[in-house]
Amino acid sequence: MKFGVVRFPGSCDEHDALLACRRFADAELLWHGERDLKGVDAVVIPGGFSYGDYLRVGAIARFSPVMEAVGEWAAAGGPVLGICNGFQVLCEAGLLPGALLVNAELRFLCRQVEVEVVNAETPFTSTCDPGERLSVPVKHTTGRYFAPELELDELERSGQVVLRYLPGQNPNDSRRDIAGVTNRAGNVLGLMPHPEHAVDALTGSTDGARIFESLASLSPA
Amino acid sequence: MTDKLMRAERTSGNEEDARSLGLTAQEHHRIVDLLGREPNGVELAVFSLMWSEHCSYKHSRKLLRRLPTEGAHVVMGPGENAGAVDVGDGLCVAFKVESHNHPSAVEPFQGAATGVGGIVRDVFAVGARPIALLDSLRFGELDSPRSRYLFSGAVAGIGHYGNSIGVATVGGEIYFEPAYESNCLVNAMCVGLAPRERLIRSAAAGEGNQLVLLGALTGRDGIGGASVLASAQLDVGDPSKRPSVQIGDPFEEKKLLECSLELLERGLLRSLQDLGAAGLSSSASEMASKGAVGIDLDVARVPLREQGMEAFEIMVSESQERMLCVVEPERLGHVLGVCAHWEVRATTIGEVTGSGRLRVLERGHVVGDMPVTALVDDCPLYDLAPAPPTARVYPDPPRRLPDAGSAADTLLALLASPNIASKRFAYEQYDSIVGSRTVRRPGTADAAVLMLAGDGGSGALAIAIDGNGRRVACDPYTGAIEAVLECARNLACVGAEPLGLTNCLNFGNPEKPHVAWQLERAVDGLAAACRALMVPVVGGNVSLYNESDEGPIYPTPVVGMVGRLADPALAPGIGLREPGHAIALVGPFAPALAGSELERLRGRMADGLAEVDLEAQARAIVALREAVATGGIASAHDISDGGLACALAECVLDGGIGARVELEALAATVGGEEATLFGEGAGGVLVSGPIEALQPLSETGELLWLGEAGGEALELRMGADSLSLSMSQVRAAYERGIPDRFS
Repeated sequence: MKFGVVRFPGSCDEHDALLACRRFADAELLWHGERDLKGVDAVVIPGGFSYGDYLRVGAIARFSPVMEAVGEWAAAGGPVLGICNGFQVLCEAGLLPGALLVNAELRFLCRQVEVEVVNAETPFTSTCDPGERLSVPVKHTTGRYFAPELELDELERSGQVVLRYLPGQNPNDSRRDIAGVTNRAGNVLGLMPHPEHAVDALTGSTDGARIFESLASLSPA
Repeated sequence: MTDKLMRAERTSGNEEDARSLGLTAQEHHRIVDLLGREPNGVELAVFSLMWSEHCSYKHSRKLLRRLPTEGAHVVMGPGENAGAVDVGDGLCVAFKVESHNHPSAVEPFQGAATGVGGIVRDVFAVGARPIALLDSLRFGELDSPRSRYLFSGAVAGIGHYGNSIGVATVGGEIYFEPAYESNCLVNAMCVGLAPRERLIRSAAAGEGNQLVLLGALTGRDGIGGASVLASAQLDVGDPSKRPSVQIGDPFEEKKLLECSLELLERGLLRSLQDLGAAGLSSSASEMASKGAVGIDLDVARVPLREQGMEAFEIMVSESQERMLCVVEPERLGHVLGVCAHWEVRATTIGEVTGSGRLRVLERGHVVGDMPVTALVDDCPLYDLAPAPPTARVYPDPPRRLPDAGSAADTLLALLASPNIASKRFAYEQYDSIVGSRTVRRPGTADAAVLMLAGDGGSGALAIAIDGNGRRVACDPYTGAIEAVLECARNLACVGAEPLGLTNCLNFGNPEKPHVAWQLERAVDGLAAACRALMVPVVGGNVSLYNESDEGPIYPTPVVGMVGRLADPALAPGIGLREPGHAIALVGPFAPALAGSELERLRGRMADGLAEVDLEAQARAIVALREAVATGGIASAHDISDGGLACALAECVLDGGIGARVELEALAATVGGEEATLFGEGAGGVLVSGPIEALQPLSETGELLWLGEAGGEALELRMGADSLSLSMSQVRAAYERGIPDRFS
């Protein structure tokens, strides 16, 4: 089992993600300018500011060579995990439903939050119990999940809402407290909380490790 | 030759021009002597910046020699882009604090953002990967709309830049005082990590080696920033100064950072230097000076952001996100390859010569030719003419609290005062966790704790930044000592041994005798405290002329300290951890109301602070550090602004556990209920834990048992008197203190 962590020139959390992945499997970086996914079994798009994000977040990254390859990989059913900026990029690329808007308070926010595992039957949450609470940090300016009401209904019906902020924990006014969603096929997950920053008790929590552990337990492609 | 130069560069360089650029007539005469002729416009522009206070330290350099700079762990001392200390396992930590006060007063978001960018470049210029940022901020009080604008803009700017480049902002301090109404202070400290062999100095070397400019295009932004902004008094919000503030591009910085570190990792550079104040002029002459060589550079080869820039503008532009490096010709291809990979612009703009001169060319024609020593070493250094003030320098602060009032009301007022209240509004705007090193986040411990396990090191770094300008204003010598002691005590609270110190001296106009006196007394205080603690000063920065028509800022020496501890799992936070844990006070503790936050709220400034027993304080710090490092101490928090009662309230809030303490015995020694509860002064740490874990502290120093953790309230008893507040009352005051100023 090998993870590939995408690195854009403006990625910030790629080493954190790499370290988190390596707790459970092999992992290496994938350069944004290359189309080769190097035979990895799961792709992680980490947090940061891909190409500076001076334009709408993720709007340029979706056109990068590596994202072409990730699109094909996802279409073939390969697992893709987008964290924070990775979530934004996946939404821009059309690999995930909805969009991420600027936080209700219009500010960057770095805070530990609690989320609930709504769907434990995904490749990303298979080691979690349904309803399990995870303590994981968020840190973003643009994390307010938005989709039209009808689409939100559909997402909930089809089990695509995987993580939800617990009552009082929604840091950005995301619709229906959504913290993480998958695509219809369930092989692409985007989430605003940073599980890679919750894999060591010394730095605050180990709850995020569940996500990497779940992915690592998949049999290699 | 002069004629030829004058033809090449139409602008002249006479005495009048010199004065308009901030040089004195005597300085102009000296330049003429050094050159043997009148400088032309390009040369005068370069001299005016190199001889500005910001670049030359002409009013502070002699004084700074009083600071101790030697220590067992020092790898690089003052003079390099950043100082560095050895943290074992082949790793070094490079760090420095720098001001960006004047730009932030003109445009707080960009001023603060580029302040962060600049200090980050200083750190990776020595080959260290930046891993942490801290900020020390000062503004006027929050009932002023301008102060709210400066505060929220500066915080957003710091977050914008640091968050975007993936460097964790792990700590800081903020004060709001009327003396900073016109001149806010934005000091940023960066800490970086490097394998010892990768540290690089900035000295240019090797005749014929190429001078390569990396990074952003050069534009007209920031022209004269060092002389116009940093070295003269500023009028409130002067819009004409706005073009002197640079605009930050953190994405460019992120690429430049990764590219520079890869170039060093591969051993492709002979030397590296960031472009900061005074741009190319300063970096080229500093590199040449340190290597005792000359540099020829052609401004026509510098990639420009806009057409028609004059040679002098290119030489002094302070466009951000640029680095200058020296490369051996045979490695140039490799260097350009790495730069292409990172999409970082790299252009050969000149070469190292043996001439000892900085020669500025424009398409091959000489437009400036100056001895490097004249630029770097021959700026006149001024002796200060210190004299204690003959009249009061600072008015009493506005009165916000009556003298009579219950202890409970006073405590709530103090907790809600923005100087003491939670700084969550600020630190939640900073990414404090990127890098996976942050063991103690902002607001949860007295010092930031960053583990090194993922970097091939062991243990953790502890970092703190401190400086209470009001107390320095009351007593420059003792106030400066207190700043160093508080920093060291913060490190001791997490069990760390201090390895080195950096400082930023923010003062008014040093040509005024009473400001010179403040500066001299504060430097002497810093030096005395550093010697007592055996902590060397490895670098720093001076920001003078922080004054307006209303007078100078409070003298504000900001001290940043880096230490090391063996086991981050043992590092206590400030929060009480378990009901039933004993709470004790580690002394020596001699609080007084003079200069305290309470006296400020009551509208009083003090004249003088109680003398500090430095030796006793230093011993207590060592004893505390050793006790913490052996484990068992559950929480530790130093008593600072707002005194013991506020410190205990913070322990209660962060732990979510109440406390009951009895202070009658303490009040008898302190003399006075208010001084016991709210007095300030050097010394005093609140610790909690099982009794047997705290016991060893009573063998090495003063330990006073106060009470125990438990319940849902904060209860302080003093014989018949008692003060009891519910957790929610205390939390509301503390958490709403700053947000309520914005609603």
